[in-house]
Amino acid sequence: MQRRQFVQTLGAGSAVAGLGLMSGCATSAGRGAKVVVVGGGYGGATAAKYVRLFSDHNIEVTLVEPNAAFVSCPISNMVLGGHKTMADITVPYDNLSKRHGVKVVRDTVASIDATKRTVKLASGGELPYDRLILSPGIDFMWDTLPGMAKAGAADKVLHAWKAGPQTVALRRQLEALPDGGVYALSIPLAPYRCPPGPYERACMVASYFKKAKPKSKVVIFDANDDITSKKGLFMKAWDEHYKGLIEYRPKHKVVDVDAATNTLKFEFNDDFKAGVLNVIPTQRAGEIAVKTGLATANARWCEVDFLTFEAKAAKNIHVLGDAIQIAPAMPKSGHMANQHGKTCAAAVVSLLQGKEPPSLPLYANTCYSFVTATDVVHVASVHKYDAAQKTMLAVPGSGGLSSAASALEGEYAMAWARNIWADSLA
Amino acid sequence: MVTTTNKWLAAGVLCLAAAGAQAQVNQIKVWAAACANCHGTDGRAAAGAVSLAGQSKNDLVQKLQDFKTGKRPATIMHQLAKGYTDEQLADIAGYFAAQKK
Ligand SMILES: Cc1cc2nc3c(=O)[nH]c(=O)nc-3n(C[C@H](O)[C@H](O)[C@H](O)COP(=O)(O)OP(=O)(O)OC[C@H]3O[C@@H](n4cnc5c(N)ncnc54)[C@H](O)[C@@H]3O)c2cc1C
Repeated sequence: MQRRQFVQTLGAGSAVAGLGLMSGCATSAGRGAKVVVVGGGYGGATAAKYVRLFSDHNIEVTLVEPNAAFVSCPISNMVLGGHKTMADITVPYDNLSKRHGVKVVRDTVASIDATKRTVKLASGGELPYDRLILSPGIDFMWDTLPGMAKAGAADKVLHAWKAGPQTVALRRQLEALPDGGVYALSIPLAPYRCPPGPYERACMVASYFKKAKPKSKVVIFDANDDITSKKGLFMKAWDEHYKGLIEYRPKHKVVDVDAATNTLKFEFNDDFKAGVLNVIPTQRAGEIAVKTGLATANARWCEVDFLTFEAKAAKNIHVLGDAIQIAPAMPKSGHMANQHGKTCAAAVVSLLQGKEPPSLPLYANTCYSFVTATDVVHVASVHKYDAAQKTMLAVPGSGGLSSAASALEGEYAMAWARNIWADSLA
Repeated sequence: MVTTTNKWLAAGVLCLAAAGAQAQVNQIKVWAAACANCHGTDGRAAAGAVSLAGQSKNDLVQKLQDFKTGKRPATIMHQLAKGYTDEQLADIAGYFAAQKK
């Protein structure tokens, strides 16, 4: 967007806003309306960009995000395997402001006042909004693992389930592990962020061991009864590429961790000690959503109206991405969060223009997993709004899995990453 | 009294003008946006994916139909195309055909 146009928009906005809101009609343009987006991940960055696009740049958008740049969880398992670098999965936020006129504020939202319609920033400032879009991702339910509260435990036993410093630290632990050492990965009960993510991670760590320390082992402790995603495809990959390297143990629910001795404690099974522990804890909606009272499903996930992503618990606050109580068969994925972002943006723009939001949401999900440094498998689905049940349902007959892992899908997976990063952030 | 009426009238005119200039967010545009994760915003793809922007509508409809029926081999598009009605595929194709390359 050109600078001149941006200045004009702002000028027109402030002049019309007062009158518009009073008369309830000039808002048909949405001019001068203020949208604040919390969280610059897959959901938030997409929503911020698309509110600008769908409003022809008439609605002001401020994105609040503490991180200096976006670091992608998708492809981050490749960093653990030594096949990609952190630079490969890091994307700047600049283009959201330069190309789309989104105001990016590097800060954390400390609290939300839903009555006054303001958010308070950790640094002290306050931002007013007409509509708030919240995409805070997940936070961990550390209270389910009491030992993790001990001094130093969280620095030693890593999750690396938010890409960033922990991704780098876990890679260092794997590099420091002697040949013959054991890496133990624990998976929480579903739902959690990215159903196939842990199994992909096991493949990537095993691919590194196969090359660099062939006597080492990956042991997967899954709290679930079975592999939760792409089961046949993962089992085939483990058999073909990592025989003797990966061991899978279902029905192992971790209830505590002793970081001092690197020991996992289970609900029903014997303790297990390993060289590197990688514990993916039980998750819930990002803290800001929970403490604002939006997590109405078991105090864990935020229930929303799937036409608009408005929270059931609060007017004018929209929640999307991993933080929501999902619809049936809807995964917690970056691809999904990006799709939510567009549906939500279209609804927010319509509502601020005083119009009915589009009423037939329809979108797809694809999720690629690397099983070797080059070969990839996918799962795909199409989801459609069901007016009777007021939820999104998979369209019968659509979707499916890869017939087999392939290098062609490996190329598509990287193309997917480049495209979704650009679609969300550039 | 008169001033008030005028104010409301003025607001009404502003209203109409604004509404005229601002097309409603349309459903087809949002459906098409759902393809952008893989095919780029407005169908202008980053390296490695097929750009849909500016392709002929007929060609796009034909390709999508061929994916849907399984005539055209694919890793993933045959599974996704089956999730859309023929009309929806035609609407989406029309949207991408109208975008600048
Ligand atoms: C190892 C791994 C692999 C994955 N692979 C894939 C994959 O291949 N494909 C796929 O589709 N998905 C994948 N995912 C899942 C994907 O990363 C998530 O589903 C996605 O990030 C969810 O987007 P979100 O916007 O909800 O949250 P996030 O992307 O986590 O974004 C949340 C943002 O909110 C910010 N934030 C939180 N609280 C505040 C606050 N109070 N104030 C301001 N900002 C705040 C955070 O800093 C963060 O940037 C993977 C995940 C993992 C862990």
